[in-house]
Amino acid sequence: MAESDEPLRIAGRELGSRLLLGTSRYPSPAALADCIEQARPGFLTVSVRRAGSGGNGFYELLQETGLPLVPNTAGCRTAKEACVTASMARELLGTNWVKLELIGDDETQAPDPFALVEAAAQLLREDYVVLAYCTEDLALCMRLAELGCHAIMPWAAPIGSGQGLTQPERLALLRQRLPTSVLVVDAGLGRPSDAAAAMELGYDAVLLNTAVAQAREPAPMAAAFRAATDAGRRAWRAGIMPRHSMAQPSTLAPDIPVDQYASSSSTSS
Amino acid sequence: MSTAAITVKLNGEERSLAADSTAAAAVDAWRRDADAPYVVSVNGDHIPRERLAATALCAGDEVEILTLRQGG
Repeated sequence: MAESDEPLRIAGRELGSRLLLGTSRYPSPAALADCIEQARPGFLTVSVRRAGSGGNGFYELLQETGLPLVPNTAGCRTAKEACVTASMARELLGTNWVKLELIGDDETQAPDPFALVEAAAQLLREDYVVLAYCTEDLALCMRLAELGCHAIMPWAAPIGSGQGLTQPERLALLRQRLPTSVLVVDAGLGRPSDAAAAMELGYDAVLLNTAVAQAREPAPMAAAFRAATDAGRRAWRAGIMPRHSMAQPSTLAPDIPVDQYASSSSTSS
Repeated sequence: MSTAAITVKLNGEERSLAADSTAAAAVDAWRRDADAPYVVSVNGDHIPRERLAATALCAGDEVEILTLRQGG
């Protein structure tokens, strides 16, 4: 089997990793820098919010990584708010990429599918690269793909919950029904095995933040997530064996000659 | 120069500015770090940098001065 893999490409841009990382909730700027070094993510997400007196250090830290920065529209509740935020981010960062988030419920931070579709359509008309954070609803994701969103990013579970893949069958169905779309599991991952599981479903990437930032030791956790993301991707490419309802004994009879393995491997041992 | 003043909301805080102030003046009144990048909205609309000096403010306007922050 060929080991070389195609890099992740979004809107024609090649990204260096299938692990994508948020920049929030780290215990310190140094911890964030260490995590970026360990994760080597394809891009970093940032927000556009009120200026305080914190200086320019955060921006300089991110600039030093040389990684692409993708602004989000966190906190926006209407399509207009999201479009204005994207426009301001475009001026601030010089990028037309946007992670489009529209929150419909404070308690769960659930994405608002109606405002999301409205905002995505508007931003796509204005030549943005739209990465749409959404639920795992099939019809919604198909609509976002039809609009031309450059990545469809269903949640695994509510943001920051660490619950992992709560609806794996529905995520698998999305992969099946949208075979050519860039699909990214975004939000709700807690363990590296969650990232591996998402990649084993054939997802193109995972985007996470809290699971690394809030780990007892963030940098080793960042490395673990990177390894798990890569492992899941390799497993998907290698072809995961089908599930069986009954036992499939794996021990071959010891007296089968090696040159008959190929012909005997399809029979029960 | 006029001595009359208007009150606007700057990042949620009420501020008194000269009555003939522009969005650029509001930025000067707020910013503490000259080197930090920023963008501006007035009443929910993005005002691009090149239009700040030509955007007159009125009493009650809501001015938001935003920058790059941590995000997930």
